[in-house]
Amino acid sequence: MNWSSILSSSIGKKIVMAVTGLFLISFLLVHMGVNACIFKDLFDPTDNGDMFNRAADYMGKTALIRIMEVVLFAGFFVHIIQGLILEWENRNKRKKGYAVNLGNKGSKWYSRSMGLLGTILLLFLILHWWHFWIPSRFTHAGLENPILLSNNRVSHDMFKLMTVTFSEWWVVVVYVLACISLAYHLLHGFQSAFRTLGLSNTRYIKLINALGVAYSVIVPLVFALMPISMKMGWVGF
Amino acid sequence: MEHKNINLTLKVWKQKNGQSQGRFETYLVNDISTEMSFLEMFDVLNERLIKEGKEPIAFDHDCREGICGMCSMYINGRPHGPWEGTTTCQLHMRAFKDGETIVVEPWRANAFPVLKDLMVDRSSFDRIIQAGGFISVNTGNAVDANAMPVEKDKADASFAAAACIGCGACVAACKNSSAMLFLSAKVTHLALLPQGSPERKTRALNMIAQMDKEGFGACTNTGACEAVCPKEISITNIARLNQEYLYAGLTADK
Amino acid sequence: MLNSKTPAGPLDQKWTDYKGHVKLVNPANKRKLEVVIIGTGLAGASAAASLGELGYKVKAFCFQDSPRRAHSIAAQGGINAAKNYQNDGDSVFRLFYDTIKGGDYRARESNVHRLAEVSSNIIDQCVAQGVPFAREYGGLLSNRSFGGTQVQRTFYAAGQTGQQLLIGAYQALERQVALGNVEMYNRHEMLDVVVIDGKARGIIARDLVSGKLERHFGHAVLLCSGGYGNVFYLSTNAMGSNVTAAWKAHKKGAYFGNPCFTQIHPTCIPVSGDHQSKLTLMSESLRNDGRIWVPKKQGDNRKPGEIPEEERDYYLERRYPAFGNLVPRDVASRAAKERCDAGYGVGSSKQAVYLDYADAIKRYGHIEAGKQGMHEADEATVIRLGKEVVKEKYGNLFDMYEKITGENPYEVPMRIYPAVHYTMGGIWVDYELMTTVPGLYALGEANFSDHGANRLGASALMQGLADGYFIIPYTLGSYLSDDIRTASIPTTDPAFEAAEKAVQERIQTLMNIKGTQTVESFHKRLGRIMWDKCGMARNAEGLKQAIAEIQQLKKEFWSDVRIPGAIDEMNPELDKANRVADFIELGELMCIDALDRKESCGGHFREESQTEEGEAKRDDVNFAYVSAWEYKGEHQWQLHKEELEFEVAKPTQRSYK
Ligand SMILES: Cc1cc2nc3c(=O)[nH]c(=O)nc-3n(C[C@H](O)[C@H](O)[C@H](O)COP(=O)(O)OP(=O)(O)OC[C@H]3O[C@@H](n4cnc5c(N)ncnc54)[C@H](O)[C@@H]3O)c2cc1C
Ligand code: SF4
Ligand code: FES
Repeated sequence: MNWSSILSSSIGKKIVMAVTGLFLISFLLVHMGVNACIFKDLFDPTDNGDMFNRAADYMGKTALIRIMEVVLFAGFFVHIIQGLILEWENRNKRKKGYAVNLGNKGSKWYSRSMGLLGTILLLFLILHWWHFWIPSRFTHAGLENPILLSNNRVSHDMFKLMTVTFSEWWVVVVYVLACISLAYHLLHGFQSAFRTLGLSNTRYIKLINALGVAYSVIVPLVFALMPISMKMGWVGF
Repeated sequence: MEHKNINLTLKVWKQKNGQSQGRFETYLVNDISTEMSFLEMFDVLNERLIKEGKEPIAFDHDCREGICGMCSMYINGRPHGPWEGTTTCQLHMRAFKDGETIVVEPWRANAFPVLKDLMVDRSSFDRIIQAGGFISVNTGNAVDANAMPVEKDKADASFAAAACIGCGACVAACKNSSAMLFLSAKVTHLALLPQGSPERKTRALNMIAQMDKEGFGACTNTGACEAVCPKEISITNIARLNQEYLYAGLTADK
Repeated sequence: MLNSKTPAGPLDQKWTDYKGHVKLVNPANKRKLEVVIIGTGLAGASAAASLGELGYKVKAFCFQDSPRRAHSIAAQGGINAAKNYQNDGDSVFRLFYDTIKGGDYRARESNVHRLAEVSSNIIDQCVAQGVPFAREYGGLLSNRSFGGTQVQRTFYAAGQTGQQLLIGAYQALERQVALGNVEMYNRHEMLDVVVIDGKARGIIARDLVSGKLERHFGHAVLLCSGGYGNVFYLSTNAMGSNVTAAWKAHKKGAYFGNPCFTQIHPTCIPVSGDHQSKLTLMSESLRNDGRIWVPKKQGDNRKPGEIPEEERDYYLERRYPAFGNLVPRDVASRAAKERCDAGYGVGSSKQAVYLDYADAIKRYGHIEAGKQGMHEADEATVIRLGKEVVKEKYGNLFDMYEKITGENPYEVPMRIYPAVHYTMGGIWVDYELMTTVPGLYALGEANFSDHGANRLGASALMQGLADGYFIIPYTLGSYLSDDIRTASIPTTDPAFEAAEKAVQERIQTLMNIKGTQTVESFHKRLGRIMWDKCGMARNAEGLKQAIAEIQQLKKEFWSDVRIPGAIDEMNPELDKANRVADFIELGELMCIDALDRKESCGGHFREESQTEEGEAKRDDVNFAYVSAWEYKGEHQWQLHKEELEFEVAKPTQRSYK
C-alpha cells in the first residue's frame, strides 16, 4: 500500500478533506480573531480601526504568516478540488435514482448538502478575495492613502476599506448569507472531520459534537456581525 | 389484536431483467388484513396476478424473520419501510392507512444492479468479505475456547456489530451509495476481538480497496445508513473503521 | 442389507480408531479431486471451507443470493457442547446419553457418540473464527440451560446463535473463495444428481438468474441442503427451504431415512389468517418463566385478563407435575393440540394457548424490590420492577412478538401454538455420512441425523458443524483415496447429457401445463393434508386417506398448475413449482413411513399406540430400527431396516409425570 493508493481511496479522500477542513477551521479562528479587532470601536470610539489595522499590518509583514498564507491557499485548493471531485464521484454512484427520496427521514439536509454549501462558500470566497485580498496584495484599489498607526508604522487602512465595502446593502446580505452557509457547512464538517479521522470513543464524540455546535454558531455569528455592525454604523468612523 | 381490512394503491417497479428498462406499474389491492406482513400482501397480489394471467412481481425474501437479510424493498422513500429497526419482511400492514398509496422500488446503487423487478445483485458484499472479512484460521487450528478471555464490553460491542445481516439498506439509503456501515460492522466485529487483531491492518486496507473497486461511494457521515439499518448498527463503527484504516495506512511497511 | 459401516471396538474408541486408520489422500492428489457441495448452511459452509483448506477443488451451491443467507442463519437459541466449563457434571458421555434418550432411542449410538466427542472442538473453532459468543464479566464464555437436560452446556450469542455461527463459517468459506480453492455459485439450484457407473459424479443445476441449466462434475457430491419442514407449507423454516436436492438424490438411489420424524415446536406465534406464509418461532427459553394455560370453559370468549385464576387450566402443570411447563417439545406440543382440539383454544382462530408472564413479572418484581430494599413496595412498583427484569431477559423476543401481532406481551398473555420446526428424517447415511449411492454424501439437517425421533434444543447447529468441520474431512478421504486415478469426467459425458435432458423435459412439461391453479395453492393444500393427517398425531385411517389425497393432488398438480413467465429467465414461480412437485412426492412417502411405524416415539405420535393416560407408547420390540426407503418408481417404495442396537444407552420409557 503506497501513499497514493491510500490517499486516493474513498477513506483516503475523506481523510484529506478532514485534515484540510480542520486546518481551515483553525485558520477561521485566527481570521476571526484578527477581524474581531474592529469591535474595539464599540468600546473605544476613538480607535477608528487602529487595533484592527495594526493586527492586519502584523499579519501582512510577518514572514511565518506569509508562509502560512501559501499553505492556507494550498489547503483551500485541495479542500475545494477534492470536495468537488468527491461530490461528483459520489453522485455518479447511483445512475438511476429513486422516485421517492429518503430526504430528511434519515439525515440532516445540510449533511447531504456539503457540496452545495461548499460551492456557495467558494463563490463567496472569490467575492471576498476580490473585496479584500486582491486590493491589499496587488491592486491597492481603495487603499491609496496609507495611514500612520499608533505603533508608528505606516500601513494600508484596511478598516476603511471594510467600512466602504460594507456600506452597500447587497454586500452585507451576501456576506450574511455566506456566514449562514458557513455555519451549516461547519455544523456537519466539524464533527465529521473528527469521525473521519477515527474518533470513535463515545465520550469524546459527545464532547466534539458539543464543541462543533458551539464553533459553528459562534464563529459565523461573529463574522456576520462585522458587515452588519458596519452597515448599521455601530462600528466605523 | 383489533384488525381491519384496508385498500391500497401500490406503485411497484417492474423490470424484466438487468438489460431492460423498467417502469412503475400501478396495482390496486383490496381487503388487505392489517395482520398481514408486507410480503404477505405481495403474496396475495401475486396470486391474483398469476390467476389473471399477468406477471407476478419478483422480490427477494427467504427467512421472513428479519435475520437472513434477503428481503430488500425501498418503501415510500425508505429502505425496509416506515418502521425503525425492522426488515421488510417484519413490517406489517398495521403501518399503513386505508386508501394509502405505497411506492415500492428496488435498492438503487450502481454496485447493486437490478436483476428483475425488486431483486438486485448484492454479490459485491460477498467480494468485500472475500477481500479480508475473516480470520485466517483453518479448521483444527484452534486453541481451547476459554484460553483467550475477551473483555465483556468489547465482546458485547463486537457482537453488536456482528448483528449486521448484510441486507444493503445502508447502501440504499446513502446519498453516496456507500457501503461503509456494512464494512465497518464487519471490521469492528473482528477488530475488537483478540483473535482478529493479527490481520487488522490488511483487513481494513483490502476491504476498503475492494469496496471502491465495486463502485460504492465514499462516506460523508450523513447518518442515513444508521437511521435505516434494521439491526441498528451504529455509525460509530464507521469512525472505528476510519481509525483502523488510518492506522494501517500510516504504519504499513510497504 | 444396509451396512452402517460402524467401526468395531468400544463405543468411545470407535472414532479415534477410525481416524487413526482411515486412508488419506496426499496433498498433490487433493488438488486434482473435485467436490460438489449443495448448500451453504452450517453443514455446507463448514464442509466447503474445511475441504478447501485441505486442498480439494470445491464447488459450492446455494439458491440464495449469498451463502450467508442459508436457513441456519435463523437459529436462535444456542449450540450444545460437552465443555463442562460450568463444572456441573457434564461430559461427552452425558451429552451422548441425553441425545440418545431425547431422541427416544431411535438414533445410531456410534454417530451420536462421535457427535458428542467433537462438540468441544466446534466451540474452539468458532471462537477462533471470531464468533462473538456471550461472555461473563471475567471474559470467559457463558452458558445457558436448554430443554431436556440437567446441565448448562449451551453456548449462545443472544438470540442470534445461528447467525453468528453461520457468519463464522461463511467467512471461512469466502476466504477459500478468495484463495481460489472454492468456487461459489449463488442463485443456483441443484436439480439432479448425475450418476456414472453407480457413483455420484456431478449435478445439474439451474442458474436462477438466467434460467440456464449447467452441468458440474465432482468426484464426490455432498448434500447439505437442509430440512424439509416446508412440506407442511406453514413452518418456521425459511420460505425457500426445500427437499428438492435430497429428493433428486433419493430418486437416483439414495435411501430416505425415517421421513415421518418431524419436530413440532410448542412455542410459535399462531396463524393469524389464510394469508399466513410462514410461522415464527418464539425461543424455547420462554417456557423457563412463562406459564401455559387455557380457560376451563370451552369456547370462552372473554379477554384473558377477565378470566379469574380459578377458571384457568394450567394443563401442563396439571398433567406433568414433575416437569410442568418444561416438558420436552413433543410432549408440550401434543398437550396444546389436545386442548385446542377439545375446544378450549383461545384467540380468534381458537388455535392457540396462552403463555402468561404475569406471575413471572410479579415474582421477579418481588425479588428485585427485595434487592433494592423496598420491602413495602406496592403492587404497581413490583410490577414495574418485574417488567424491567423480564425485559432484560426476553426483551428482543417480546419486541418481535409485538411487531408481528401488534399486542404488548407485557400486558396481555402471549398466544402461542405448535408449529413444524425441524425434520429429524432425511437421506439415510452410514457412519461415514455416505448415502446408499457411492460418492454421494449427506450432511446436516439433510441427513437422517443423530437426533432419532426427537431433537433436543441446540443440537442441530452442533450436528451441522460437526459434520462439516470435523467428520467429512476424514470420511471423504476414505472414499476419494481410491479415486485418485479417476480423471475429471468431461460434462459432455452421455450421463450428464441424459440428466440435463431429463431436467429440461420436466421443466418444459411443467411450463406447458398452463392450467388454472397457482403453485402456492397446491402447496397450501398439501400442507393442510400433512398437518391434519401426518402432523402432531397420526392414525392409520388418516394416513391412508392422506396418501390417497396426495396422489390425487399430484395428478391435479401435473395437469392444472399455472406457472407464469418463461424458462430462460429469472422465474421464482417456476423455482417454486419445481420444489412443490417434489414436496408432494415426499408427502406421500412421509405418510407411508408414518403408517408403517405403528409405535409412538418422539415426534411421531400414533394414536393407536398410547398409554391409558394418553402418553406416547414406544415399541422397542418391533420398531427399534431406522426405516430406510428405496425409491422404486411412482408411488412405490421398498423399506429397508437398519436395526438399532443399544450397547451402552439402554432404552427406558420416557416419563415426565
Ligand atoms: C427458527 C429456527 C430456529 C432454530 N434454532 C436452533 C437452535 O437454537 N439451535 C439448534 O441447534 N438448531 C436450531 N434450529 C435448527 C437448525 O437451525 C437447522 O437444523 C440447521 O441450521 C440446518 O443447517 P443445514 O446446514 O443442514 O441446512 P440449511 O442451513 O438449511 O442450509 C441449506 C442450504 O442448502 C441450500 N440448498 C437447498 N436446496 C438446494 C438446491 N436444490 N440447490 C442448491 N442449494 C440448495 C440452501 O441454499 C442453503 O444454503 C432452528 C431452526 C429454525 C427453523
Ligand atoms: S449495516 Fe445494517 S443496513 Fe447495512 S447491511 Fe448491515 S444490517 Fe443492513
Ligand atoms: S426475509 Fe430474511 S430478513 Fe427479511
